[in-house]
Amino acid sequence: MADQRTEEIWVAGTEEWDGASTDEGAQTMREEETASRLAEQIGAVVSDDYVIEDEAADDERMIINMGPQHPSTHGVLRLQLELEGEIIRRSKPIIGYLHTGMEKTAETLTFMQGPTNVTRMDYLAPFHNELCFSLAVEKLAGIEAPPRAQVIRVLMTELNRISSHLIALATNGMDIGAISMMLYGFRDRELILSFFEKTTGLRMNHNYIRPGGVAADLPPGWRQDVEEICRVIPQRLDDYDDLLQNNPIWLERTKGVGVITGEECLAYSITGPPLRASGVNWDLRKAFPYSGLEDYEFEVPLGQNGDVYDRYRVKVEEIIQSVGIVRQAAERMPKGDYRVDDRKITPPPRKRIDESMEALIHHFKIFTEGFRVPTGETYVAIESPRGELGCYLVSNGAGKPWRMHTRAPSFYNLQALPIMMADSLVADTIATIASLDPVMGDVDR
Amino acid sequence: MTAAALFEGFPEAVAEGDVVRLAPNDLEAFARAALQAGYEMCVDVTAVDYLEEREPRFEVVYNLVSIQHRSRLRLLLAVEGDEPHLTSVTPIWPGAGFAEREVYDMFGIVFEGHPDLTRILMPDDWEGYPLRKDFAVGSVPVQFKAAHLVT
Repeated sequence: MADQRTEEIWVAGTEEWDGASTDEGAQTMREEETASRLAEQIGAVVSDDYVIEDEAADDERMIINMGPQHPSTHGVLRLQLELEGEIIRRSKPIIGYLHTGMEKTAETLTFMQGPTNVTRMDYLAPFHNELCFSLAVEKLAGIEAPPRAQVIRVLMTELNRISSHLIALATNGMDIGAISMMLYGFRDRELILSFFEKTTGLRMNHNYIRPGGVAADLPPGWRQDVEEICRVIPQRLDDYDDLLQNNPIWLERTKGVGVITGEECLAYSITGPPLRASGVNWDLRKAFPYSGLEDYEFEVPLGQNGDVYDRYRVKVEEIIQSVGIVRQAAERMPKGDYRVDDRKITPPPRKRIDESMEALIHHFKIFTEGFRVPTGETYVAIESPRGELGCYLVSNGAGKPWRMHTRAPSFYNLQALPIMMADSLVADTIATIASLDPVMGDVDR
Repeated sequence: MTAAALFEGFPEAVAEGDVVRLAPNDLEAFARAALQAGYEMCVDVTAVDYLEEREPRFEVVYNLVSIQHRSRLRLLLAVEGDEPHLTSVTPIWPGAGFAEREVYDMFGIVFEGHPDLTRILMPDDWEGYPLRKDFAVGSVPVQFKAAHLVT
């Protein structure tokens, strides 16, 4: 009996392969092919003298597409790279893969519904989109949000800036190989998203900031949550410093990579952290304050070299400044209304509808045809985590915008890529794109 | 040169606060003067289609920012016709490149002198200009590049 058992044991390579059992061709790699692959690998070892000074002939240049499905292009960004060996000579960003016509959609939505639409543009900074649109509507309608709503707006947008920058750091780390940074960044962003969920009911696309104020008051216990965030995030930043700041590989991959000067930034309409990393002191929160930001104390962190490292540093410093603003906002949170006391704009509370015919009419009017905004055009810009986020709004006196245009910071910042990547290595494109932090929902709208 | 002196030599320009209405022919000269006056950045270019609201129907909007003077300027240019032509400001502010392509893509306004005036958000072979008011929402059949290959 024991003999029968040993016969059943299968030993690899002893039986003959039955090539006829499948119709998909040979399933094993031929021996000579394996050998040639190995030779290719040996020949691909890069030596130090790869930088070619003189211009190569046209036939030595190769055009290669990076994206739109490349995981390191942060969405559906496609780059056409003109390569000379390993060096990028020219590049061209090609966009539009995520275009959903949100500006056209906005013309069919009432001013009340507008935030639902714009919050889906820059999906990492939804509060900024909502705030920008709401400020534009309020400017045209000549209303101002009550003090409590303004402080809530500052609180939420600055928390959003922290969560957005955490994603930027996380993906930047992951793209260069610091996978732990990715896990840490997403973990700590979760703290903030939980608070958002508690306040607005949603983790993203909140539709919370609306023309006239905010949709709901802060939840009970919000102060403890905010204090916890303000306590934990700075500690976690120290962890990030251990991971990145003191990491020779990180420094090697980021310092002097993807350089852009301040003049080039201005010429190419680059705003936000990339502009400040190049040493230009320009923050719309300081230059054209909105929502009472002129009363808060904070600094504008600046870089010098305009490389990937400086952009990373600027984001870390901005997180620290934002934590400071959040603390100030929590301290000064005034009591009072969180929506403007205007029956034509603010929907009545649910209980009033049962008691008052007038409230029912207002409710019906607001949700069917929306409130009317006087004829006019305006442009409002705020500082989103990615730069100047603007809303150009035109009203012809109806309940819907005649035209709504969003000045998307990622869209303009992408113009920096060909400059940053010129004459750099293919491997550095990953670090450069990540440092620019483009959100394709914002680019394509 | 100060911001106030900017409007000398442009008698047709009508300024109201930080909004300036400008004749389309003055655009290039005005843009050069604005850059000289310290408006380093052209942060945004967009357009509005005032079909059946105003004549001419298209208005192109430029948003300028001066960091040194900490001020904004918005240029409004009413451009004639259904296929309007305008001078590109990309030689003055290269950052307007993407934005002008977007306006061309969405409204069909041609910017002469633009180095690469192609569609940017819509597919290359798209017909029509989506943000025009006579381009319907929803009722348009979905266009796909490879649709004719599929049987």
